[in-house]
Amino acid sequence: MDVKVSLGIALGAVLAIILIAFFGAQVPGLQPIFGIFLPYAAFVIFIGGFIYRVVQWGRSPVPFRIPTTCGQQKTLPWIKQNKLECPSSTLGVIGRMFFEVFFFRSLFKHTKAEMADGNIIYSPSKWIWAGALLFHYSFLIIVIRHLRLFMVPIPGFVKGLDTLDGILQVGVPGLYLTDVLLLVALAYLFIRRLAVPKMRYISLPADYFPLVLIFCIGATGILMRYFIRVDIVSVKQLTVGLASLHPVMPKGIGVIFFIHVALVSSLFIYFPFSKLMHAGGVFLSPGRNLANTNREKMHVNPWNYPVDIHSYEDYENDFREKMKAAGIPVERE
Amino acid sequence: MYDAGKIIIGLVIFVVFLTFAFWMDAGKAVPPPKPKLNTPVIMKMPKAERKCVESKEFMRTEHMQLLDTWRNEALREGNTEYINTNGKMYIVSLQNTCMKCHSNKKDFCDKCHDYAGVKPYCWRCHFVKGQMKNWE
Amino acid sequence: MAKLPKYYELLNIDYRPPKGNWMDTPVDIRPGIYCYPARPEVLKKASMNDRSDWKKYWVVEDEDWGLPDDWKERLLNKMRDMLSKYRTFKVYMDICVRCGACADKCHYFLGSGDPFNMPVLRAELLRSVYRGEFTTTGKILGRIAGARKLTKDVLRQIWYYMFQCSQCRRCSVFCPYGIDTAEITIMAREIMNELGMNIAWIQESVTKCLFTGNHLGLQPQTYKECIDCMLADIEEYVGITIDPSWNRKGAEILFVVPSGDVFADPGIFTLAGYLMLLEHIGLDYTWSTYASEGGDFGFFTANEVAKRMNGKIYREAKRLGVKWILGGECGHMWRVLNQYMTTWHGPIDFLEEPVSPITGTKFENAKAHKMVHISEFTADLIKHGKLKLDPSRNDRLRVTYHDSCNPSRGMGLYEEPRYIIKSVCNHFFEMPRNTIREQTFCCGSGSGLNASENMELRLRGGFPRQNALRYVRDKYGVNMLACICAIDRAAFPTAQQYWNPDVGVCGITELVANALIMEGEGPRTHNLRGFEIATWEPRP
Repeated sequence: MDVKVSLGIALGAVLAIILIAFFGAQVPGLQPIFGIFLPYAAFVIFIGGFIYRVVQWGRSPVPFRIPTTCGQQKTLPWIKQNKLECPSSTLGVIGRMFFEVFFFRSLFKHTKAEMADGNIIYSPSKWIWAGALLFHYSFLIIVIRHLRLFMVPIPGFVKGLDTLDGILQVGVPGLYLTDVLLLVALAYLFIRRLAVPKMRYISLPADYFPLVLIFCIGATGILMRYFIRVDIVSVKQLTVGLASLHPVMPKGIGVIFFIHVALVSSLFIYFPFSKLMHAGGVFLSPGRNLANTNREKMHVNPWNYPVDIHSYEDYENDFREKMKAAGIPVERE
Repeated sequence: MYDAGKIIIGLVIFVVFLTFAFWMDAGKAVPPPKPKLNTPVIMKMPKAERKCVESKEFMRTEHMQLLDTWRNEALREGNTEYINTNGKMYIVSLQNTCMKCHSNKKDFCDKCHDYAGVKPYCWRCHFVKGQMKNWE
Repeated sequence: MAKLPKYYELLNIDYRPPKGNWMDTPVDIRPGIYCYPARPEVLKKASMNDRSDWKKYWVVEDEDWGLPDDWKERLLNKMRDMLSKYRTFKVYMDICVRCGACADKCHYFLGSGDPFNMPVLRAELLRSVYRGEFTTTGKILGRIAGARKLTKDVLRQIWYYMFQCSQCRRCSVFCPYGIDTAEITIMAREIMNELGMNIAWIQESVTKCLFTGNHLGLQPQTYKECIDCMLADIEEYVGITIDPSWNRKGAEILFVVPSGDVFADPGIFTLAGYLMLLEHIGLDYTWSTYASEGGDFGFFTANEVAKRMNGKIYREAKRLGVKWILGGECGHMWRVLNQYMTTWHGPIDFLEEPVSPITGTKFENAKAHKMVHISEFTADLIKHGKLKLDPSRNDRLRVTYHDSCNPSRGMGLYEEPRYIIKSVCNHFFEMPRNTIREQTFCCGSGSGLNASENMELRLRGGFPRQNALRYVRDKYGVNMLACICAIDRAAFPTAQQYWNPDVGVCGITELVANALIMEGEGPRTHNLRGFEIATWEPRP
């Protein structure tokens, strides 16, 4: 897509969400819509949509077992099998998927190919891997950290993560590492799309939009914590109310909070209908989640049907005399 | 092959993980914390004078910044006077100014901090009267 | 045939894509890149759509192809059907995030710089149609959602680029979700086969395979004669007489090879290698003229055709009453055998679990399939010391090994061939790590793109492999490229004449045969190719 159009659409959409929340939350009586109704609706759409999408995928069978085998197969006993890259057991598959999901193993293999003096030069390039990993883990930690706003009492692991994330003890309230890392990673992913010609060429509005959206979620979160502060106790009153299914709408929460919530809700609503579903899809990818055991165990195709195979009989009928002349045995003389 | 079982297990894990907070909170009526303002010092004050260094709304969202500034002013700059927005002067001191009135850390400070899961590091240096032993 | 670009012109590759929106880039179907359409009568013979419903004869370069009126409906119906049958297709249409990790992994992109040869964009060609025709968001948002409708121009573009993918799966190694472009182009080709939009090179082979058993259409007597020729060569250069059996009932093992090895230089020397190896160990085996093709060209058209073709192997094994089947060196043949065959025809209860009669080794990894790869078989023989070898006969050869795509990424066969080469050659050198094993590059002509009219595409696609080969040629003096794929053996000589004119091509069983000390052999002064061993300079 044309990069200006794509960026325009992505930025415009996010800006629209921000403006709607900004003005909407200041209209008397509308705050419950932004603070209670929207998050609930978004959450239901997210979970429902996610399940729907996965079920839709699941409705199509995996007729053939076609994993990409990136290592030595299980074969003669004296040849060492690569159990991770070419698994032959469920455990191996779990291992392969574990490294894929938690460490982006395939992305780690990324190389960059360049042309120099008539030769292709391949150099390892870990930036995309690092950027992606940084983004996903920062985001995950931030999400888990947010549980402190939804739970009473706050579970130990949430508190622990909170302490760990704020280990630098810079500023008041303490700076979270992941806040910074998230924005840095997002900025990298965004700039990469814009600056690398190949990336710019293949990028769609749907690629810029989530980056901008999540960036704004992070930015409003940071603003709310460090700059335009809101009363955290009232906020928690609202969020715990949501989680305990006794929603309340405390007074006096700053409008920045509603912008933040509207952006997060938008992400939740957008998620199931977008490429972000790769989160669920990676688990269902037959290129990775199958063992390479086709020759050992038969894989069943539910829609397998008999086909017309040109029979030996017909073949012999076509060539009987020639076969006899050439001394090739035949069934019927 | 559909692997329906595996997909369902995966989805269940996904939903349980996402709704973790709901399971823990469901049905719980969690009243918001009410920090207590009934310390002897406050009670002795005439009602009209029961005011913090700044407005209640300001203190709610900005007290941590104020205390941070106070610490830097007092310890690093040696400036121990604070003039509030109404022109009133206060001595910059957590223990002698703030906690003179709010001597009930447990029922005042900790109430909200625990609720919001905040662990301020004030009490790594400061101690609360009568809790000397704990602090040691 | 289109004029070939000169060496330096070809190297003028720019990886920077053009400006603008790729959706607005009209397709420029260039001679030298595309393959000729399949002939209607050949399609008809295979009971496939022969385009008799088209408004005119299909000329690829024409603006108007004369598609039948209901072309769109039929293609979309087929696509819907495929989406409901293959989870791969559905998931891979949905989850790509366009991270670009695959972009510079395709040999066609590396050799041409055409942005549509980036796997991501190749897939987006079809994905955009999927979004525009099958998803709600795509239907509502249109181009904003990266969606477009299937139009005649879009179809031209999809056809052009789906036949510029050799289904080597290199990109899928790097994809964080394992998205396999081969799977996408396989689907796309099957969808387009609904309208008979196949290419000649594939379809000729398919139809011949279906009825004569092999892709050359060699009739039984000719097939036998070809092998007899090699027997005569063996008699001349090795000094022994071999008398293999044909369609013999009661043999222990049925031997199936890619038929490319039966007639084309240098594959025929691999065939001679099979003959000598199996004679050396005294294996009780038979050739078949009915199941005389291991390769499955149907795989490049549609699943059903692939199954029809492949089905003969088990049928013949059953008819002859053999215990199990041994398969020769071939690429996509083994992808199909490994990942499809048992699912298509299983369970295979009329054969026995393969056991090497020479070493007693049970091939447990082939328990259900009942077929063993010649490299597995040979490696086991060598490990057990069952072969008398004189590796010094290969001393003039400085060998490198090309991991053929499909046995690598579709099977995991990496160590067996290396073990064999190292056992029969004294000089073995690996190409750079980024170009071998799971990261190996296609020869440039796989998946039925081994025609002559698309020579520019083949040479461009072959460039990354040839570039790596040139590296070891310069560094170690490598003069022989060994591989385990018949398409490789057919394609590399052409590419090498262009890029590396002093490096030969061989199958690894040929190397084994060179080193084999046969019982009763004469003086081994010449190799199987008739060159004097002591002075041989291999050429492509």
